[in-house]
Amino acid sequence: MELTAADRALLAALADGLPLVARPYAEIGRRCGLDEQQVLARLRRMIAAGVIRRFGLVVHHRALGYRANAMVVFDVPEARLPEAARRLAALPYVTLCYRRPRRPPLWPYNLFCMIHDKERARVLALVAEAAEAAGIADLPRAVLFSRRCFKQRGARYGSPVTERAA
Amino acid sequence: MDRPLSELEKRLVDGFQHDFPLHPRPFAIIAERLGTDERTVIEALEGLREAGVLGRIGAVVEPHRAGYSTLAAMQVPAPLLPQIANFVSGYPEVTHNYEREHRLNLWFVIAGPSRARVAAVVADIEYRTGLAVLDLPLEEAFHLDLGFRVQWN
Repeated sequence: MELTAADRALLAALADGLPLVARPYAEIGRRCGLDEQQVLARLRRMIAAGVIRRFGLVVHHRALGYRANAMVVFDVPEARLPEAARRLAALPYVTLCYRRPRRPPLWPYNLFCMIHDKERARVLALVAEAAEAAGIADLPRAVLFSRRCFKQRGARYGSPVTERAA
Repeated sequence: MDRPLSELEKRLVDGFQHDFPLHPRPFAIIAERLGTDERTVIEALEGLREAGVLGRIGAVVEPHRAGYSTLAAMQVPAPLLPQIANFVSGYPEVTHNYEREHRLNLWFVIAGPSRARVAAVVADIEYRTGLAVLDLPLEEAFHLDLGFRVQWN
């Protein structure tokens, strides 16, 4: 489906999430020039079309005690990538699974996934298990644990171009 | 977050990361399902937000449908990291920004209304910091995002 200007305005109005008031869709509508029923209808349409993949609470896993957060990356030959990615994505503890470009020599990895747990050792065990399950335990990989989180929020898609304050 | 979550808070986190009610009074619908009242649900969500557990109630949009984004990485000399990280976070287009354990030690997501805008941010960061930015745009997504399954014990 093609997004209309009104859809984009609605997504922009939703960037910081639903306000915690009794009629939140009406409030969002006020911010983007739609009425409550139009907001609900457009959201339903974007969800049905798959433009909105998920609509609901976005939780910060760190605040829930998941302090061991790893970006796990593999260098997978093209022929093996679709099957490996499909198997990785099916594991319950893998959140997100993406193909991205390699940038050799600094960055040789092309398959990315995230694994979160409460203990670092547990994450490392899950990484080994995931690599086996995906049939890529023989391939080069790296585990990039996060140290500090400097920023975390939703995207402002559709927002007007803004100049960064000096 | 230091306090344990209440049963109501846990049920909100478990039950409403997707398929959030599309109804004029969504919190009343949730309250009905959980056997409580609308005011209590709203207060519990406010509590989760204050505790840093709830980022927002919102839409996770399919990559590159409503805009464009990329994952970027930089190799920053350790003494400069806090300063460079804060500089990068200052861009409104930067949504996530983490220090990671790697030679490439700063990883961030840039999201904007267009590919050109994201490319301009990458170029601006390189110009202003004098450091190279590795641009790693998503080529294919394999995961259906159903939220985050929490183990409460």
